Amino acid sequence: MGDVTLMSGNDAVARGAWEAGVVFAAGYPGTPSTEVLERLAAYDEVDAHWSTNEKVAFEEAMGAALGGVRSMVTMKHVGLNVAADPFMVFPYAGTNAGFVVLVADDPGMYSSQNEQDSRYFAKVAKVPLLEPADAAEARTITGAAFDLSERFHTPVMLRTTTRLAHTRSPVEPGVRTEHERRPFSRQVSQYAIPVYARFRRVELEEKLGQMREFAEEFPGNVIEEGGPTVGVVTHGVPYQYVKEVCPDATVFKLGMLYPLPERRLREFCARFDTVFVVEESEGFIEQEMASFGIRNLIGKARFTNVGELSADLVAAGLSGAAIPTDFAKEIAVLPRPPVLCAGCAHRGVFSTLRKLGVLVTGDIGCYTLGCLPPYEAIHTTFCMGASISNATGFHRSGEDRVVAVIGDSTFLHSGLPGLVSAVYNQVPTTVVLVDNGTTGMTGHQEHPGTGHTLKGKPAPAVDYETVLRAIGVEQVEVVDPWDLDATERAIRAGLDHAGPAVIIARRHCRLLPITKTEVRIPYQVVLDDCTLCEECMAAGCPALIWGEDGPQIHEWECAGCSLCAQLCPMDAIVAVGEA
Amino acid sequence: MRVTNVVIAGVGGQGAVLASELLALAAIAAGHDVKQGEFHGVAQRGGAVFSHVRFGERVHSPMAPRGQVDFLVALEKLEALRYAHFVKPGGIVIANDYKIEPVRVGDQRPYPDDALDFLKTKGFQVMALEATQVALDLGDHRAANVVLLGVLSRSIDIPQEAWEQTLEDRIPERHRDLNRRAFAAGREAAPAGG
Repeated sequence: MGDVTLMSGNDAVARGAWEAGVVFAAGYPGTPSTEVLERLAAYDEVDAHWSTNEKVAFEEAMGAALGGVRSMVTMKHVGLNVAADPFMVFPYAGTNAGFVVLVADDPGMYSSQNEQDSRYFAKVAKVPLLEPADAAEARTITGAAFDLSERFHTPVMLRTTTRLAHTRSPVEPGVRTEHERRPFSRQVSQYAIPVYARFRRVELEEKLGQMREFAEEFPGNVIEEGGPTVGVVTHGVPYQYVKEVCPDATVFKLGMLYPLPERRLREFCARFDTVFVVEESEGFIEQEMASFGIRNLIGKARFTNVGELSADLVAAGLSGAAIPTDFAKEIAVLPRPPVLCAGCAHRGVFSTLRKLGVLVTGDIGCYTLGCLPPYEAIHTTFCMGASISNATGFHRSGEDRVVAVIGDSTFLHSGLPGLVSAVYNQVPTTVVLVDNGTTGMTGHQEHPGTGHTLKGKPAPAVDYETVLRAIGVEQVEVVDPWDLDATERAIRAGLDHAGPAVIIARRHCRLLPITKTEVRIPYQVVLDDCTLCEECMAAGCPALIWGEDGPQIHEWECAGCSLCAQLCPMDAIVAVGEA
Repeated sequence: MRVTNVVIAGVGGQGAVLASELLALAAIAAGHDVKQGEFHGVAQRGGAVFSHVRFGERVHSPMAPRGQVDFLVALEKLEALRYAHFVKPGGIVIANDYKIEPVRVGDQRPYPDDALDFLKTKGFQVMALEATQVALDLGDHRAANVVLLGVLSRSIDIPQEAWEQTLEDRIPERHRDLNRRAFAAGREAAPAGG
């Protein structure tokens, strides 16, 4: 098979962008989109960097595209919410060089707080929307997105989903094409103020009309002839499910989801009594087709809009077949939720917050797991940065013992404005900034506080203490969250302080290579001294399990944080070698 | 040629994803079309992780339909139980005879120590092996995933050279010898079904 290699959808998008001559790319990590930018950064020709948040990343890539080089911005679905402001405005002016927005949705919410169908954003912004069905297509359609962008001077949205992004399949890579930089012309009438934008508004409708014509010809919209009885309109990964369970169907696969090829769809639907519209998440295509006056459609009535589709669900929707269920009714198929790692520094913070019994507003990161037993020490989690502003609101509602928990990367993403507001308005918001020196949950990306860029170059690291004092936070304390007493004292002092207070709980994520250089002394349980009180189990540590005779520590898992030893009232947990 | 469906399941950190990537690479090296994708939640470690690897002449869905999986490779007994309903009637379960207690969230029932016997009563061919112990004896418990791949390699249509090439290409040099030995140990240990 020659040069064919195995690539994930994310790898292939990056490859396609590189081949298309992308020069600049920016983004913020977010599962399942993260690896696209990481792969792009590996190419010498691409200047790729992590931005503080998706709005910033969008505007940077937009600036680069206006400045004349092919540019890309990457994010997960909720990132587009953050970047919605420039996303909605940019199409009016239009781009100069090619500009592609990669948005990865997460049906099934494997790593998200909501299940959002971002396709609607494309319609609201009047931006063309492309979606691939496997890695090979991800590569080619990314190139097509840049061409489309330059043809119509429009941003183009490239949408993927978790399944596409994280499934590996064969790809035959191509070569890179360089493009001349396109000079930026300083035409104020195209880029500024309402008096001009009103003209652009009209032009945008004309452009949309031209893009509708383009959709009729777009080679990524393909009819695959099969039998004469079953007609299916589908897209992306659901196309694969259709081919899997109904190989004889005649399938209209849409690679361009907005605007849709209305004439071709009409002609297609006229050939069948009934056409199945098989799409994941909402009935976006079905609704668009219904708005064309096409009536013989079966879509969301048979294919749920909740969660991820599968070959099983598509088969059930097409034919009513039953789906085999697991054995949970016959034997204890115990749940195994993700847990904080052994030695995770967040554990000391949650152990303390649980003890203090305060109301805790959470944020987005591994530390959302603090809401699960045995801690149950996070009471709300919504969106990036919300912990601090929510805590301020809880104070205004009359709650006086509230703590916001936010990670370092999230704080820089959108926590800072909330804290500035609390200081400005003199609300005594208490914040625990859990600083593990990385963007942990998405797989350890650098950020402005880590001292390194995406390309691995040294960079200035944000000095949180100085920033906090500069914005007017008077009470700032740094603690080691492996020290329970110190952590408790600092959080109590923060709560008692009359103004906003920030406790920086600082210790590296245990999965960072830097921690491998630290001396690790695992702990062990001395069962002779143990009264089986189970206090240690409140550590919720995967290295500490309840064995046949009592608590037991997995020596190769134990990080030596000593949290369980600090929780033990009998001093029955000691460092190996001290027994 | 029909599609071969494999599910690899384990606990985050056990190497289920790496094992499935190795299998997918070996399948590509053997000239098959492949789809491989993993399913995992928010955390790096500790949660249930599973991955589908499908190979053959032309593969569509990234996930095998339920009840059509030929081989379930489980790095942990409870995880074998969790995904066994994907396996076709009479299909093969290659299981690490190894237990990792889940951190309890609500469900306080005891761990199902009889998981593998239960799967036998359901008609699956269970091949049980203490892969973690085998790997530990070779020098590192983390190679249990590759021991189980060695077992699997005896039953699927991928030539030995493709496996060797894959271990050469994908495993960093400092771990390569260990993984080669783990793979060989699995091939040799491949127990009889039943």
